[in-house]
Amino acid sequence: MTSILRVLRSQSGASVAAALLALIAVAGVIVAGGFDIGHAATAMWNGSAGSAYSFFSGTLVRATPLIIVGLAVAVAFEAGVLNIGAEGQLLAGAAATIAAGLAMSNWSSWICVPLELAAGMAAGSAWAAIAGILKRRFGVLEVISTLMLNFVALFGVSYLVRGPLQEPTGLYPETLPLAESARLPVIIAGQRLHLGFALAVIFAIAAWWFLRSTAAGFRIRAVGAGAAAAASTGRVNVDRVVFGAFLASGALAGLGGAVQVTGVTYKLYELISPGYGYSAIAVALLARLNPLAVIVAGIFFGGLEAGGAGMQRDAGVPSGFVYVIEALVILGVLAVDRARVVAGARIARAPGEQAA
Amino acid sequence: MSDGAFSAFLESGVRFATPLAYAALGELAVERAGVINIGLEGAIIGGAFGALVFAGAGSVPLGFAGAALIGTLIAAVFGLFVITLRTNQIITGTAMSMLGLGLTGTLYRSMYGTAGASLHTPTIAPFAIPGLSAIPFVGPALFNQPFVTYALYAIVPAMAWWFYRSTGGLALRATGERPEAARGAGISPERVQWGAILFGGAMGGISGGTLVLAQVGTFAEGMSAGRGFIAIAIVVLGRWTPWGVAGAAFVFGAASSLQTLAQTTGWAMPYQLPLAFPYVLTLVLLASSRARAAAPAALGQELI
Repeated sequence: MTSILRVLRSQSGASVAAALLALIAVAGVIVAGGFDIGHAATAMWNGSAGSAYSFFSGTLVRATPLIIVGLAVAVAFEAGVLNIGAEGQLLAGAAATIAAGLAMSNWSSWICVPLELAAGMAAGSAWAAIAGILKRRFGVLEVISTLMLNFVALFGVSYLVRGPLQEPTGLYPETLPLAESARLPVIIAGQRLHLGFALAVIFAIAAWWFLRSTAAGFRIRAVGAGAAAAASTGRVNVDRVVFGAFLASGALAGLGGAVQVTGVTYKLYELISPGYGYSAIAVALLARLNPLAVIVAGIFFGGLEAGGAGMQRDAGVPSGFVYVIEALVILGVLAVDRARVVAGARIARAPGEQAA
Repeated sequence: MSDGAFSAFLESGVRFATPLAYAALGELAVERAGVINIGLEGAIIGGAFGALVFAGAGSVPLGFAGAALIGTLIAAVFGLFVITLRTNQIITGTAMSMLGLGLTGTLYRSMYGTAGASLHTPTIAPFAIPGLSAIPFVGPALFNQPFVTYALYAIVPAMAWWFYRSTGGLALRATGERPEAARGAGISPERVQWGAILFGGAMGGISGGTLVLAQVGTFAEGMSAGRGFIAIAIVVLGRWTPWGVAGAAFVFGAASSLQTLAQTTGWAMPYQLPLAFPYVLTLVLLASSRARAAAPAALGQELI
């Protein structure tokens, strides 16, 4: 029993336990739904990791926005900012990226693509800044403001693809596709995997280094751990740190949108995101807000989504169950965390086990 | 706008507002107890699915009962995590929304086939109240609606009375403002929050049931369409009072109504504008100090 508690007390052990709990629960749902579990598991494997194509063009392509937006959520949560508006910030980023990309249609890739991504990050950051200002100036709970801004962003995209940015025939609610030079290059020949995945990994490493090794990163973690304590040191301007976390989080979410439209869809339409901003919360929590672990958690969920699509195709299991898994992972992490607190208290009270 | 069009606009505004009002009144009780249930979306879609299953097996009243039951069950899971395990309300709520949407989608497909066969439930038709429905403009809007709308005319004053004139309501408000003081006065904040969360879930479930049984007549995946989140905006816009919430629900309902009107009459205005307007209004209102003063002081905070 003690050894189990000890495993649960380690961060990664708890995450693995939560993921396993979720997978077992999902297997239960699949069996209860009357599906053939063996058939479903095979389809899941084939869709996510059974071949090079399913891994590189399925799992990793789907993991890319999850990792980048997962980083956005992790950075915000680390500072104690409950940004649940990554979805809206992603949409703002996607819209700005497409607008910039269409305006630069005959420019060189070397100039166009970085400018597109910068536009996406700036727009995502600006969208988050609204909630940041509302919090800083007026004390508005970011939970409510970011939620409202998600809706406004969605209606904004809906307007853009039926108005100023609509393709010229006016038949479809979408923009023209980006020119070849305005797209992210594919990084493995014959696969759909694009440069965005490499960017996701680079940004994860950068975020990890930033949070762990810089003074600004330390201030973010200090504010997240206890704003009052951080303020009482007299060396941390809590308002500034929190606002900075909004901007950084929004920029990352905007980058997620930018990478998705330049690497996968090549155009803007309303349903550009199947809820990446919400799935990213599961990613960030499963990773315990550790940016390097976000890569692993993102690939895990990317695999589930790719495998889920395979299961729907081959075994008839509805792909909506991926949301069930994500929800159960979140609840599992929360419950295991709670168990760790209780277990930690129990171990601390037992004198004989203190040394362990 | 002609008189007939205006009357139709009001009527559909009330129709759109009805499920929103149920969800928002439920969320109102929860927030007055100091809890934000951002997972109400899960209770609404669960209620819609429950309405399909139970009304299909029996009748419209059974459908509403089933909707309330499923909504309450989903809220009970939320309560278990937030009150018993003391997990973060926002993160738990987000998970409950995803769970409700995912689970109903999966169950719907597995119970009724992958194509999503066109199932139709019995529905309740509008019932014109003789005399009152003949009042110009507001008559048809307020008094030519299904019974579920009329029930609101009793629920809103009842909630307003209960909040401010009963000991239960006092306990609820005390828990949302100063839980430690409430505890000192012999009130169990946990029990109050449990009661509010279960009530909120039942109201969310009825909201989903209304969509199926009084409006669409069938279930569709994701048909709650963000109403759980809209409810949170409505509570803010209604400044945390029952009458205010009822009025704010109509503002959101009217926005949807205006959008349909704009699309059918071909106005030059982008139809997204009236849809986005209530959200922007909510944000602006939040920035005013009076609105913040109206919010329960302990909203979203963990009990000590």
